[in-house]
Amino acid sequence: MPTEPAGGEPAPAVELTGITKRFPGVVANSDVNITVRPGTVHALVGENGAGKSTLMKILYGMQQPDEGVIAVHGAPVVFASPADAIGAGIGMVHQHFMLADNLTVLENVVLGSEPGSAVALDFAAARRRIRDISDSYGLNVDPDRLVDELGVGERQRVEILKVLYRGARTLILDEPTAVLVPQEVDELFGNLRELKAEGLTILFISHKLDEVLSVADDITVIRRGTTVASVSPKEVTARKLAELMVGTALPVPELRESTVTDRPVLTVTGLTVTGADGRRVLDDVSFTIHAGEVLGIAGVEGNGQAELVEALMGIRAPAAGRIALGGRDITRLPTRRRREAGMGYIPEDRHRQGVVLESTLWENRVLGHQTRKPSSRGPLIDIRAAKADTERIVRDYDVRTPNIDVHASALSGGNQQKLIVGREMSADPVLLIASHPTRGVDVGAQAAIWDHIRRARAEHLAVLLISADLDELIGMSDSLSVILRGRLVADHDPATVTPEQLGSAMTGAEGED
Amino acid sequence: MRRFAPRAVLLGLAAPVGALVFAVLVCAVVLAATGHSLFDTIDAMVTAAQRPRTFVNSLNSATQYYLAAIAVAIGFRMKLFNIGVDGQYRLAAMLSAALAGATWMEGLPSVLRITMTIVAAMLVGAAWAGVAALLKVTRGISEVISTIMLNAIATYLVSYLLNPARLAEERPGSNNIGTRPITEGGQVGGIPVSGSSSDLFGLVFLAAAVGFAYWFVLSRTRFGFELKATGLSESAAVASGISVKKMVLLSMLLSGAVAGLVGLPQLLGSSHEYSLDFPPGIGFIGIAVALLGRNHPIGMALAAVLWGLLDNSANALDLAGVPREIVGIMQGVIVLSVVIAYELVRRYRVRTEQREVGKALGSTRDPAADGPKDDNREEASA
Amino acid sequence: MTAGLSVRAGSTPPARGKRKLPALAWVGAIAAVLLVLSAVRVFAGATDLTSSGTVQAALTAAVPLAMAALAGMWAERAGVINIGLEGMMVLGTFGAGFAGYQWGPWAGVVFGLLLGAIGGLLHAVATVTFGVDHIISGVAINLLAPGLALFLSKLYFSDAPGGGQKQSPRIDDAQKITIPGLSDVLGAVEDKRWFFVSDVAGMLRGLVTQVSLLTVLAALLIAGSVWLLWHTPFGLRLRSCGEAPVAAESLGVNVYKYKYLAVTASGAFAGLGGAFLAVSSGQFRDGQTSGRGFIGLAAMIFGNWRPGGLAAGASLFGYTDAMALRGSAAVHALLLLLGIALVVVAVLQLRSGHHVLSSVAGFLGVLFGFWYFSSDAVPAELVGAAPYVVTLLVLGLASQRLRPPKFIGAPYLRGQGK
Repeated sequence: MPTEPAGGEPAPAVELTGITKRFPGVVANSDVNITVRPGTVHALVGENGAGKSTLMKILYGMQQPDEGVIAVHGAPVVFASPADAIGAGIGMVHQHFMLADNLTVLENVVLGSEPGSAVALDFAAARRRIRDISDSYGLNVDPDRLVDELGVGERQRVEILKVLYRGARTLILDEPTAVLVPQEVDELFGNLRELKAEGLTILFISHKLDEVLSVADDITVIRRGTTVASVSPKEVTARKLAELMVGTALPVPELRESTVTDRPVLTVTGLTVTGADGRRVLDDVSFTIHAGEVLGIAGVEGNGQAELVEALMGIRAPAAGRIALGGRDITRLPTRRRREAGMGYIPEDRHRQGVVLESTLWENRVLGHQTRKPSSRGPLIDIRAAKADTERIVRDYDVRTPNIDVHASALSGGNQQKLIVGREMSADPVLLIASHPTRGVDVGAQAAIWDHIRRARAEHLAVLLISADLDELIGMSDSLSVILRGRLVADHDPATVTPEQLGSAMTGAEGED
Repeated sequence: MRRFAPRAVLLGLAAPVGALVFAVLVCAVVLAATGHSLFDTIDAMVTAAQRPRTFVNSLNSATQYYLAAIAVAIGFRMKLFNIGVDGQYRLAAMLSAALAGATWMEGLPSVLRITMTIVAAMLVGAAWAGVAALLKVTRGISEVISTIMLNAIATYLVSYLLNPARLAEERPGSNNIGTRPITEGGQVGGIPVSGSSSDLFGLVFLAAAVGFAYWFVLSRTRFGFELKATGLSESAAVASGISVKKMVLLSMLLSGAVAGLVGLPQLLGSSHEYSLDFPPGIGFIGIAVALLGRNHPIGMALAAVLWGLLDNSANALDLAGVPREIVGIMQGVIVLSVVIAYELVRRYRVRTEQREVGKALGSTRDPAADGPKDDNREEASA
Repeated sequence: MTAGLSVRAGSTPPARGKRKLPALAWVGAIAAVLLVLSAVRVFAGATDLTSSGTVQAALTAAVPLAMAALAGMWAERAGVINIGLEGMMVLGTFGAGFAGYQWGPWAGVVFGLLLGAIGGLLHAVATVTFGVDHIISGVAINLLAPGLALFLSKLYFSDAPGGGQKQSPRIDDAQKITIPGLSDVLGAVEDKRWFFVSDVAGMLRGLVTQVSLLTVLAALLIAGSVWLLWHTPFGLRLRSCGEAPVAAESLGVNVYKYKYLAVTASGAFAGLGGAFLAVSSGQFRDGQTSGRGFIGLAAMIFGNWRPGGLAAGASLFGYTDAMALRGSAAVHALLLLLGIALVVVAVLQLRSGHHVLSSVAGFLGVLFGFWYFSSDAVPAELVGAAPYVVTLLVLGLASQRLRPPKFIGAPYLRGQGK
């Protein structure tokens, strides 16, 4: 516990009052209030899209609030740019690392506040200073290495060092654990405790509730752009926190009666994928999904899920193993042939793989189905039929749009996702690969998407469901496997498993406590 | 393929018209600064353009510019920059001229001869573009760099082959050298236009056919759909079962094949040989025309005619005492300002569309993680 | 109360070999190249391969290329592709012609630089402020600049004494310097035709005899660029805009400002290259640059976006240029040199386990060797293509060693990073 100086509460390290931020057609933040006590780890939790990132950009001076006051150590401040925030002792460790691969650690760290004169950068002084900071906080960073050669955990430490180098006393960490493997998360939390012990304040943004509960001193919940509660981790459970994040009592994803048949649809045997460096990112994975069965894959992100999905879709070539769809070997088929054979795909990153933002909705409906009716007839695109079917999807899947000739970029994330789900279901697939199907969509869309998956399952669709939302996994799956470091390490019965059990299996901590 | 909407059309026209007006303004300033009269200049050009001969020549130039523009546009639609159209058409024109002029060809029926010439030109163009495509798909080398290099190599290769010891012969009485002239049976007759001493190229129909094919393939076929999708988002294309490497290879080959046609209207229609004075640089004009015409088959046709008119009426300027290079300045300014104008219009359109969709749905859009930023840009750069 | 801080490093990729060769290895490599050159000279009897005259000519040819390459590097290090170099060089040649014949060569250099900088500024406005694709803007500038130069040329040179519609009056050449004693001694050694010793002497002599002050200036600019870009805060910030603009922005670097500065400087260097060309050839002529901007780009790629490398690339391309001018025996020997270089590449690639590349390089190497032994001369028309062919070969066969700035060509808009 940080010791508080006698004589009452010190001024908050950061205090946000009534922050509101509007974008054309969108209110990203409205009336946000947060008080961060100095020398604490303060967690800001919320769903994807709840407005956390915008808020942090405001606090870091990357965007300016339309209303509201930011106060640092009791004094109101206005940040016109990150430089102002840095000047006030606020530093940010971005979720996507802000590092130049081609530059050395030293160059990355000193950039923008270089020691020495205008005509000569003082490399020796910079090196000394970096070593000092690295040693005093146990960051273990070598200033002369090229960032390109560093692993993910090291890069994050460089990011932290960058912020400390600028004299920050308050650190914002935006989803810092999203890219880390479990032991790196432990190291990071060790580092955070060290920083806290030195009197620094940490603002920790996350939607991983177990992590938040283990590391935070205070928690603020943000929902739909506004702060809804401030709680202490001692007084709250993960489930209660989740409900605060979502607002209503959670819509409980559940399947009614089992529809699992004994007809295997997807059979994967010994699937192995190697990364660019020859490391096995997917290691000897085998499983079977039957018609009418939803197989859930639980795991911390970055443990091979993306590679599994891409290997199944034929986007990434496996190093070994066999994939069979309905008894037919598809290991060597290209993506298009797999799709034609009845594989539907809801990708994890819809902007990268799901839609073409600069194309109209009906063109997006053709995407991935360009070789099949009603999208095409022989080598020709059937525009009329494609448009008619897009109208049907918009109607049936409740895609909120004025018409089907607007560009996908104009739609909200949830509506883009419903369009994708409608498209993938339209060709009556036998297998659906759904990677985080409800990530970043609002609760209404989430319930609708679950409904559609349930309905298709009842009609003997086989589903591979990958999700970071454990409740979704447990509620939606007929069977559950846990993936850890590229291997399927455990099977669980969703009827009996708890999120806690699943969570410990995902981190490899099973049996340790 | 959006629905017809007056505002969309207005927005579409705003950029090219704005760029033209801006270019005229810049030229007016340049002319004024150098002591010339803008009105005399315009008068001289307009008078010239009204002469049937100038007009026919303009259409003839436009025919070649249009073909070059389509070659460029095929790449553009896939975010491929075929800077190499220039080298591709020169090499193709030179080699197909040598083939068409060859003695043994004279015995063949005219249709066969012309077809063979056209096919040969397309093959050469495709092959030269294929080098860049191959380097891109196997070694990941930017086609911009490789086609720049291939343009230069083509220049030296053509000058190597255009040698009396190889594929050319000397022209007695001048220091020009060229391929063996194509005899009557290998030529494509022109279309006489009353009042003009020069004929309209017969191959203007070829250009129109290529333009139609370009439109049809891009907007109506699966291949065209896949090509456009790849250009807009490579990652989404891959996830949709499109082989990006195959598309790069095919579109580059197609672009090269069309580039191979660029020199033919003139080769078979009027010059009947490839010689030292065969017009260079049409590949770069093609880039300008494709940009101005926004890769649209009709837009590019209009742009090509405009370019042809500017080029051919410029001849009249020297007589009026104005350096004809003012036209070059104008063309350069048009290209630069039209791309800026298109970019501004694009940003405006994305903003208004998002706002309107938001308004139409009457609710605040949930700023799903990505915020309101203009995502298209990132995808576009991928 | 803190848990013992773990100092375990995360998953570290296997350390790669040292990136920089030690100085001794460089000396060795240069010596090896010289040895091969001398051997080929003796074997082929191509005296011109290493004569001081060739080196002088190569230097003159290399300087505009080096400036163009330096120009390309400045822009690309800040993340902006500049294929408008050719057009900016054209502006430089005109500026040099315009000021040079009236007020002397150095005024020409200054004017060339200024006009080039204006071209660069235009490119910056289009690409940085308006986010126009870098290639498109470059092409547009290449279309615009020659027209503008010719327009102005007709206007100002037609009636000038000794000028014409497409060329300026004569410009005086810049001063040339010779290091007196050294040049003679080296000349004496060169004339002996000793293996290696005379070759080295000949090449050194070329570097100390009748060297234009423009060449000296170019060398200073390259060295200055090394210092400015790699040893000052300004340079670090500029390079960060090409490597990770959003990261730079997040640290308070004004990315727009540095991109503007870099691209304008790029234009200035290209203009300087054009000015050098005009001054050293005595006048401005229409079409004088004849693709040198693109060769400069090639030299920059060959040099891996580094000043030392691009200087080597420009020298190499200047060297082939000089050889083409000086007769066929030496040019013919270049085939053998190219063959040897390719075989060396093949061996290096084999050692790093790239079998396909190695076989392609080896095959091409043997092909060039075969060409050499089965012919007596290389057609002069093909020699000019050498820089381009070499660049394609480098890109095709050794591109895994190339490290372009990560964000070249990428659009950047302030405040839109993730």
